[in-house]
Amino acid sequence: MNFDLHGFGPALWAGTLMTIQLAVASVACGLVLGLLGALAKTSRSRILRLLGDTYSTLVRGVPELLWVLLIFYGSVGVVQAIGEAIGQPQLELSPFAAGVLALALCFGAYATEVFRGAILAIPRGHQEAGLALGMSRRRIFWRLVLPQMWRIALPGLGNLFMILMKDTALVSVVGLNEVMRQTQVAVTSSKQPFTFFMVAAAIYLGLTVISMLALHVFEKRANRGFVRSAA
Amino acid sequence: MNWDVIWKWTPKLVEGAWLTLELVGIAVIVGLLIAIPLGMARSSKLWYVRAVPYSYIFFFRGTPLLLQLFLVYYGVAQFEAVREGPLWPYLRDPYWCALIAMTLHTAAYIAEIIRGAIYAVPAGEVEAARALGMSRWQTLVHVVLPRAIRIGLPAYSNEVILMLKASSLASTITLLELTGMARTIIARTYLPVEIFFAAGLFYLLMTFLLVQGFRLLERWLRVDALYSSR
Repeated sequence: MNFDLHGFGPALWAGTLMTIQLAVASVACGLVLGLLGALAKTSRSRILRLLGDTYSTLVRGVPELLWVLLIFYGSVGVVQAIGEAIGQPQLELSPFAAGVLALALCFGAYATEVFRGAILAIPRGHQEAGLALGMSRRRIFWRLVLPQMWRIALPGLGNLFMILMKDTALVSVVGLNEVMRQTQVAVTSSKQPFTFFMVAAAIYLGLTVISMLALHVFEKRANRGFVRSAA
Repeated sequence: MNWDVIWKWTPKLVEGAWLTLELVGIAVIVGLLIAIPLGMARSSKLWYVRAVPYSYIFFFRGTPLLLQLFLVYYGVAQFEAVREGPLWPYLRDPYWCALIAMTLHTAAYIAEIIRGAIYAVPAGEVEAARALGMSRWQTLVHVVLPRAIRIGLPAYSNEVILMLKASSLASTITLLELTGMARTIIARTYLPVEIFFAAGLFYLLMTFLLVQGFRLLERWLRVDALYSSR
């Protein structure tokens, strides 16, 4: 077994960057979905609650791979209809866009639960105090609930991010050139599957360790001013 | 939506669902058996005993299952010794490769659950058992394990459901479980929305049944009694 990469180093590096882009884009969209889901689930409107429940149950009960496949292959008709409506009949969903949609959908469904727990963990008194001071509901959310939510939600979101990072590998199935796909290309031409899959494993482990360290920094920053309880 | 097509292919999807359940069932049970010694070694006081399960868990939790599947299915064939070894008929078969990868993968996660559960058994109860003259072994069997099983069960049921969904990856190494079967049917019918929708319903149904099953098991083991008495 030799460790030169048969000239596939640059391709793997490009794949790594693609994986990072995919993960960051999915997290950004997923956080918005999660926040909306949590707001819907804790809302006073029964319809919104039902909507939030349906979203988180439905998405969490179906495999991530199936979402990737469904969105990539299943969206053809819908996207074509939209394309014809706006005068661009060649419109189609790229593997990257399909991957971001699918991963954000799944991340958002789990984040809904994390955010919901965080909203419920903020003492009711804080919101009542806001109301007593004459703040509007929207202002209470932006100024009181949201800033405090992050601190509580961060560990849960961190775990979800680690899961998401590994789920990016699934998008290789629809042909996005991220780490997994580039590795498979390298395997096909070099006939050294073990070597290259181990290199890919090292890349994923590296990404996991980096995100763990980053999460640690975020948590430290979010928890400044809080004394850790003895429990 | 073309319901006739869904109806027509339902028997095939049921066949795929059975294979999914078989894979998951074997993986989570064998995984549990592997995870028990791993989890116990992981919570050892000696660093060199901890180191092996730690690296194992780090590797399997830090890399995607898809990669582990490919490593077993394509990767090990790189070595001459494996291709001529006695295990080759198994390592060539996607069914066994999926089982091996899924079992090793889930064992790493279950080991962490077991470690957490062992830690969570109150020290006072262990001391009380020892004070009553129980041997270390008796304490383990009659006090620590029954408590740890009840503490770890909810997390284990989560892991089983995660594995149910992860098993869809076995379709990438040509196995015809639920997702693989759906993809095969789509290759014939060109109706991705209908067939993936039907497959999704099957997954939801299986998840629902598993959740209900574990709820019954928890009630039977009186897991809730742990928390109401505090």
